[in-house]
Amino acid sequence: MTPTLIGRLQTRVFLIVVIGSIWTAIITPVLPGMGLLGETYAVTFAILGVVGVGGLLWELPYHAIQQFRWEKDWPTALGLLTAINEGLLAWFIVDLGFAPGIEAGGVPLPAFLIHFLTTWIVIFLFANGPLRVPALRHRYRGGRLV
Amino acid sequence: MSDLPPQPDRRTIHTGGPVHAGNAQPPPPAAPGPPPPPTAAVPGGTGDLTDALITSSTWADEQVAAAGIPVIDVPLLSVGGGVGSFVLADFLRVAGLPTSHMHVLGQAQTPWETYQYLTTVSQIPAQERLRSDSGSTPDNIWGFPSYAVREAFSARKITDFIAPLFQVAAEPLLTDYYTPRAGQVFDAMAKEADRIGWWDMVSRGQVRMTRKRVGGGYFTILTPPEGASTTKRIAYRSSYVHAAVGYPGVKFLPDLQAYRQKYDDYSRVVNAYEPHEHVYQELRKRPGTVIVRGSGIVGSRILQRLMDDRELHGAQTTIIHLFRTFVDGPQGDSIFMRRPGADGFAYQGFNFPKAAWGGQLKKRLEKLDPEGRKALIRVMGGTNTPKRKLWQQQIAHAVEQGYYRTFVGTVDDVYPGDDNTIVTRIAAKDGVLELPANFIIDATGLEADIGEHRYLNDLLTHAGAGRNAVGRLDVEPNFEVRGTRNGDGRLYATGSATLGGYYAGVDSFLGLQYAALQIHDDLARQKFVRKLRPLNSTLQWWKWALNRKVKP
Repeated sequence: MTPTLIGRLQTRVFLIVVIGSIWTAIITPVLPGMGLLGETYAVTFAILGVVGVGGLLWELPYHAIQQFRWEKDWPTALGLLTAINEGLLAWFIVDLGFAPGIEAGGVPLPAFLIHFLTTWIVIFLFANGPLRVPALRHRYRGGRLV
Repeated sequence: MSDLPPQPDRRTIHTGGPVHAGNAQPPPPAAPGPPPPPTAAVPGGTGDLTDALITSSTWADEQVAAAGIPVIDVPLLSVGGGVGSFVLADFLRVAGLPTSHMHVLGQAQTPWETYQYLTTVSQIPAQERLRSDSGSTPDNIWGFPSYAVREAFSARKITDFIAPLFQVAAEPLLTDYYTPRAGQVFDAMAKEADRIGWWDMVSRGQVRMTRKRVGGGYFTILTPPEGASTTKRIAYRSSYVHAAVGYPGVKFLPDLQAYRQKYDDYSRVVNAYEPHEHVYQELRKRPGTVIVRGSGIVGSRILQRLMDDRELHGAQTTIIHLFRTFVDGPQGDSIFMRRPGADGFAYQGFNFPKAAWGGQLKKRLEKLDPEGRKALIRVMGGTNTPKRKLWQQQIAHAVEQGYYRTFVGTVDDVYPGDDNTIVTRIAAKDGVLELPANFIIDATGLEADIGEHRYLNDLLTHAGAGRNAVGRLDVEPNFEVRGTRNGDGRLYATGSATLGGYYAGVDSFLGLQYAALQIHDDLARQKFVRKLRPLNSTLQWWKWALNRKVKP
């Protein structure tokens, strides 16, 4: 991908809000070690929010790193590798109780991992292909959707 | 017929009679289908261009009729018939334009014929890989599924399934950029051509000129193959013209051109873009020395072929690689704009940095003035080649074995030497050197001036087209050729002829797709075709995926 900063931010919001939400709605009922479904949904969507807001901030250093690349691109593999730093930060925020509506230690690690990683992979796969189908102009506009 | 675009109501049925002057829109055929037969030539005319037509920049319907040239009406005419025409046709057909509303003129049998010819002679046969991104798909307007994904899913072995996917996911950090095999692209285009009804939209022949029409729109003159028409010329009357004629021509290095002409030697001094298989065959038969000029992608291809022949067929070729500029390290003063380089080559994956096609470099280019664009295009482009592992290994091995040597200098003269050799005399850093060789291959990939292309030259002379700062056709951001608008008629151009405008990668699959999208958007603004938006784009993608034919 060859994102511009505004394109990064717009794409991130779209992917988290649309694709992330759909996937979270699907995966939440099967997460292990969670409580009542209604409460679990509140927790998983709060996590999605943490990942989304955190992601918008993460885009800034990514954009800065991109400036050192001659091609001014963002290689596909980085879209997967950044799951590590973003996942770690999101986990600490969730586990230490900084996420809205989630108490410290309130989410078992396996449930977090399954939710976070599957969401990440679904978003990654969607962003690297199917997104171009409805958003025909996305790839020419640095990832800008509007 | 829900896919059909709303039709401008100013269209009228063409009955074959002259169109009234002042009718801003040349009338298109009324119903979908192949273009109607030409209107009958007026008795007395010869069916050929008259002096009056040749010298006049604007033609009236009566003038054309008086010359006895039959007229075919079609709303949009694409001149070229190559990949550029095909990609625009694909966009417009997918957007719902009937085949009767667009016609294509060109000499090639297939849209990829010329491209295939050039890639084959420059050492990319069908099974070899192009220098084109996985998502640059001239057979698919969306770029999804990409060629890497398609290659994976057509694999018979699990390793062949994983390899392209891993490569495209890890590029360029761990692997070379994934690039499709030439044959895969041609096969895919053939399938899409069938799907969109391409073959019904094409007429063969040489396009001589496009001139403005009194009252709006354009006349385009086709010289059909002999025997295909009762008259020497056929005129196409259209509101829109799309010029996608490809390279104006191959340009030789002046010193090599001079040698060829002076000594009438066209077989030992060759251009990479002309057939030169005999060079490799000769070098396989007996040891020889070849000088390669040029350090771009074509140079890399030629080197690979020469080294492959040594490794696989026992050739004993010595390669002298002659550089005018030797890149010995990264280029660029700013750490934010520094291109990798080494061993003589400037390295980048494609002919421009990736973001020139759709990222921050594209955005930057759009905002510059003409001189600024020229400068940025020079920085981003110029002579460069991808850093591929195979090529690195081959050259390292050849240097070690002593059969690949590099020289840097400017060529003073090229002349015949002893023992049937050709001597290249260069002014190098350490003085004058004489380099004898059995063959010289010009792989600089220079392009001729657009003025040398007869059709483009006519646009410059008569249709109001001008040149940009780089000397090519001056186009708007939407690829309309500046100065050529005529009433409601518009003339667009895409491809190599438009380099120097607001978009750098015009001469690439993705660049042609971008340009076609811009033209589609402009035509949609004029209500000529329905605009592709998320919903109809998705519906049309499903039809593509299911290989459903687009309605005629």
